[in-house]
Amino acid sequence: MRGERNMNPLKLTDARPGPAFTVTLDGREITALPGQTVAAALWAAGVTSWRGTRGAGRPRGVFCGIGVCFDCLVSLNGRPNQRACLVPVRPGDAIRTQEGTGHDD
Amino acid sequence: MTDRPRLAVIGAGPAGLAATLAAAAAGVRVALVDSAPEAGGQFYRQPAPGLGARRPQALHHGWRTWRRLREGLGRQITAGRVTHLTDHHVWYVERHSAGFTVHALLGPLQEDGVTVDADAVVLATGGYEKVLPFPGWTLPGVVTAGGAQALLKGGLVLPGRTAVVAGTGPLLLPVATGLAAAGAHVAALVESADPKALVRRSRALASLPVKLAEGAGYAARLLRHRVPVLARHTVVEAHGDERLDAVTVAALDAEGRVRPGTRRRIACDTLAVGHGMLPHTDLAATLGCRLDGVAVRVDDEQRTDVPGVWAAGEATGIGGADLALAEGHIAGRSAAARLTGRQPDPRTWAGAARSRAALRGFFAALDSVYAPPAHWAEQLTDDTLICRCEEVPVHAVRTAVGELGAGDVRTVKLLTRAGMGWCQGRMCGPAVAALTGCPQTPARTPFARPVPLGVLAGQAPDTQTGPPPPDNPPDGKDPHDD
Ligand SMILES: Cc1cc2nc3c(=O)[nH]c(=O)nc-3n(C[C@H](O)[C@H](O)[C@H](O)COP(=O)(O)OP(=O)(O)OC[C@H]3O[C@@H](n4cnc5c(N)ncnc54)[C@H](O)[C@@H]3O)c2cc1C
Ligand code: FES
Repeated sequence: MRGERNMNPLKLTDARPGPAFTVTLDGREITALPGQTVAAALWAAGVTSWRGTRGAGRPRGVFCGIGVCFDCLVSLNGRPNQRACLVPVRPGDAIRTQEGTGHDD
Repeated sequence: MTDRPRLAVIGAGPAGLAATLAAAAAGVRVALVDSAPEAGGQFYRQPAPGLGARRPQALHHGWRTWRRLREGLGRQITAGRVTHLTDHHVWYVERHSAGFTVHALLGPLQEDGVTVDADAVVLATGGYEKVLPFPGWTLPGVVTAGGAQALLKGGLVLPGRTAVVAGTGPLLLPVATGLAAAGAHVAALVESADPKALVRRSRALASLPVKLAEGAGYAARLLRHRVPVLARHTVVEAHGDERLDAVTVAALDAEGRVRPGTRRRIACDTLAVGHGMLPHTDLAATLGCRLDGVAVRVDDEQRTDVPGVWAAGEATGIGGADLALAEGHIAGRSAAARLTGRQPDPRTWAGAARSRAALRGFFAALDSVYAPPAHWAEQLTDDTLICRCEEVPVHAVRTAVGELGAGDVRTVKLLTRAGMGWCQGRMCGPAVAALTGCPQTPARTPFARPVPLGVLAGQAPDTQTGPPPPDNPPDGKDPHDD
């Protein structure tokens, strides 16, 4: 019941991405590929949650993947409430886990 | 192209592309307005160009049709008949004496507004996935089946290494085979439908041999990737602390109840789950188009009941990419004829009309087979969140319905805040309706997107830093709530 041995999506589609670049998640460096959304870059780095809910502070990440559910909200370069599944990642981006509303209140 | 487009097509999925090409071929100028950075919609979602995929078709079906659509679009753009407006999130379509004005927010940040004027509109906005709640469904690692597919096709990433694909509906098949082909270990495909029901509907289903072959193709791929299929099973709980580490699945009896003693745990870091699809109807609803249940109502020409507004694809009912193509083609032909003062001749789209009839019949039969377990709500615990945005637990809704006597979704919403958050009830709507004992109605939203106040006020937003928090959304409220 293995998946294809040594297979991955980049290999399957014979992808030759442009040069990888560095972004940060809460200050920690992460490598991203050009064209990926913030959510895709975080998934590729093994990260699946980047928000704490307003009420119980529970972790959330991608749910719908297409901009409808707003579960993937993240703080990007100081702007809270960005949908990680829609916004493309750019070199040097400072991604921060969003707690609550993302505003200091 | 400085001339005003005659036709605005909203959505560049199969339906919108087919409508655009059909109208452009008849000489009509088209503005194709879509929120994505690339054409394709959900079915033909492409990897971002920066990823340099040389063989994107490895994740796709119907690649030849896509190539034809993409090349056709390219030719019409070069010829100046089509303008493709990418990264345009339409939040409102305004109808006035001079025609229509399409209001959109630009780019992923969606802070600045633009408008597009047109004489007629085709709504080809597709749909989104429905997921019914179960304990643990808010854990990171639990994603919609289509969402897993979207990140795979668009970002060439997997959510984890070991996935369970679960729920009900034809979408689970391409998702399970896609994840497996891309290297994920798919520990199980858990489908609540009864294969016997498929056999009972075999006459209706066999009317489309192409579709049967497609089904057989998926079955072969599941076998090849050694994906265990658990039919008549359901996920009763997702486990984990900060993220998913296992699910519990159980067998269902003939009534759709969990069979005692059949629970077992499957370790996984990803659960891709879906219980069908729902049409995007917000733009149609604000235009005043009549809806049929949860879908936009159209006539044989794909016209809505609002003059000048056509609709095609999954916005008018769920039926997959081929049906969306047929409907889009008919909408484009009909709109082009009427815009150029001709009476449309249905003989010019007879082939598409035949496909449409066959595919609608096929999907109606499928729909009667693929249904969530009748007693899914029995698995909910009191503290299962029903509204993900506002973190409303099941017991709050049950109290509102039971002790407080709320008899409709709107009252439940006012009493509990379920459906008042960012997604405006799109995610929790079906479950809240079910617990309230009401038929499902489309999420009622004044605008299709959260709109910055500066754009609403008709001026460039200079101080706005994105949509306000959900406590204070400019449009987060149902207009009927005030
Ligand atoms: C996440 C997801 C993944 C799916 N993956 C598959 C799959 O792999 N295989 C399969 O067989 N079926 C899949 N489906 C089913 C799919 O919906 C249909 O097969 C098909 O894509 C429907 O075509 P359509 O043209 O009606 O809509 P879509 O393909 O959904 O296209 C609609 C387009 O309209 C755009 N849009 C919507 N609202 C607005 C707005 N307000 N402003 C601007 N643009 C807007 C969307 O961004 C999209 O590009 C998926 C569905 C979803 C939700
Ligand atoms: S995952 Fe739903 S909006 Fe991003």
